[in-house]
Amino acid sequence: MAEPSRAAELKAEGVSKSFGSFRALNDLSLDIGRGEFLTLLGPSGSGKTTFLMILAGFESPTSGRLYGDGVDITAQPAEQRAAGMVFQGYALFPHMSVEKNIAFPLRVRKKPEAEIRTRVGAMIERVGLVGHEKKLPSQLSGGQQQRVALARALVFEPGVLLLDEPFSALDKSLRSAMQAEVKRLHEETGTTFVFVTHDQSEALALSSRVAIFHHGKLLQVGDPRQVYERPASRFVAEFLGEINMLPVTGVHRNGVGTVAICDERPIRLLNGGDHVGDAAVLALRPEHITVSPEPKSGFNSITARASGATYLGNTTKLELRTRAGAKLSVAVPHETAALALGSDAVWLNWPTEQGFLLPGGGH
Amino acid sequence: MQTLSNRTGAALFLAPLLLFLSLAYVVPFLGVAGWSVTLPEPGIGQYSVLLSDPLVQSVFIRTFRICAIVTLASVTCAYAIAFLWVRGTPLQRRITEFCILVPFWISVLTRAFGWVALLSNRGLINTWLQSLGFISEPLALVRNEFGVIVGMTHFLIPFAVFPLASAMRNLDERVLLAARGLGASRTRIFWTVFVPMTMSGIIGAALIVFVFALGFFVTPAILGGGRSVMVAELVYVRLFQSPDWGLAAAISVVLVLIVGALMALLFRTLKPAQMV
Repeated sequence: MAEPSRAAELKAEGVSKSFGSFRALNDLSLDIGRGEFLTLLGPSGSGKTTFLMILAGFESPTSGRLYGDGVDITAQPAEQRAAGMVFQGYALFPHMSVEKNIAFPLRVRKKPEAEIRTRVGAMIERVGLVGHEKKLPSQLSGGQQQRVALARALVFEPGVLLLDEPFSALDKSLRSAMQAEVKRLHEETGTTFVFVTHDQSEALALSSRVAIFHHGKLLQVGDPRQVYERPASRFVAEFLGEINMLPVTGVHRNGVGTVAICDERPIRLLNGGDHVGDAAVLALRPEHITVSPEPKSGFNSITARASGATYLGNTTKLELRTRAGAKLSVAVPHETAALALGSDAVWLNWPTEQGFLLPGGGH
Repeated sequence: MQTLSNRTGAALFLAPLLLFLSLAYVVPFLGVAGWSVTLPEPGIGQYSVLLSDPLVQSVFIRTFRICAIVTLASVTCAYAIAFLWVRGTPLQRRITEFCILVPFWISVLTRAFGWVALLSNRGLINTWLQSLGFISEPLALVRNEFGVIVGMTHFLIPFAVFPLASAMRNLDERVLLAARGLGASRTRIFWTVFVPMTMSGIIGAALIVFVFALGFFVTPAILGGGRSVMVAELVYVRLFQSPDWGLAAAISVVLVLIVGALMALLFRTLKPAQMV
């Protein structure tokens, strides 16, 4: 079913958008590759939805240009651009049946009735709505409405599908089912998907690339692993998941990596980044830290004291404090938590391949 | 929306109004209903007259015809006005709002005579058309059904605007965006998405206008010039000019029943809150 040749390639060049004195987007440049699954990730008000609306043609940029397959489409209105779009809240036509909703873009394009019937039928089958053809959107569950919205946006084989926080109204289990569904539709259609969300785990799970927005600026673009493990800034590091920040001093590079002093102990970082200078912040994902009564050899180790614990079901979240007073949290097995809470000090260990340095003062 | 105690409070405040309405309307109406089966003699004779008298029937048919045309004309005009009011630029909205509110400050009588001044043989429109040479004889614009329809439509448009504007305001903007994104032209979106999605407002507005129009008295009396009599005027004539109180009462009862049925339909279509 894959038709990669139909997928569109988009390019934004220096796009800015102001609403009155508010700068919603600030000089944004981004290439969206043919057939990729790009997620625009950021907190609310970061400009990600504004950028999606500009891609769809519902908003026009205050300055900058937009290209679709190499052609300047900055001034092209939404109805001519005809990107498939799935809205937050689905925006189905409430007075039309499932079938009629899905047929709408084909009717607009004046396709022959027989073709409409086959394509709508195939789409209904693909999204698993057989038997619901004659129902009105109000008679469907949230997940089913979501499927109608997806079918309606994909039935005319658009070059790009834009999704604006499509799962925000769904409960957690339905959400992951729909995520899998969207991922499958992306693979099957081969269309370029641009997906807006403020949920970092959703972004990491779905996309081939993630673009992180903050205050109208594009901070970083990269594949999920890159942005999670090598964030370019503190904001990206903290937004993508829990992270511990430890102040370090005496940072310098040697033949194998970066060395520094953390909490009065020397540490080695094989992938610490190219930061050099006296003061920096060491960023450590909690899942890379292990807690033990003795330092582990071959690991970086510092001591800390447990100050509290939260039961999370599968693990316990342990709150710790280093001797210098920096706070950390680590998810550990329940027994380890009990052990740590019962002793004066424990060792925190992490492999030398993990952890990276970010500029700036410590906590 | 409202808490229960709020509701009880509201009920307490509304009680005197309810009492007043029942004393001022329900009790007298029961009296009228009594006349319809007792005057001039006991029995349902007046209702059979109502069903067989060609004059009464022609008045009812004319009333329904006028009301239907007025409803169509008012709702169509009101739709355009409501559209401008809800979806226009801020300036357009302000002007529209003003134009909707001003007529409420002018009495129905004044407005009817205003239309006479405009539409009569020596009125503004005929004088202009004659002096510009478009017509040699004045057009019959008033003292006929046309005049009645113009006057009533003008009076009823604002009442149709409110339910329509409310329906348009409640419409989810993203649905219209979705239609655009799927490639539909503005005309197509208007007819296949916007109008169907405001259908409850259209039905509500039509029912409100129709119900109001059924009982119109002043406007048809002045602009119809006694030639296109509607039901309310017929009741008046049967009461005060050729007294037949029993028949007048029977006509009133039938009119109230029709209005009641339409109101029931209205409340099924629209929530009362949507009408303001």
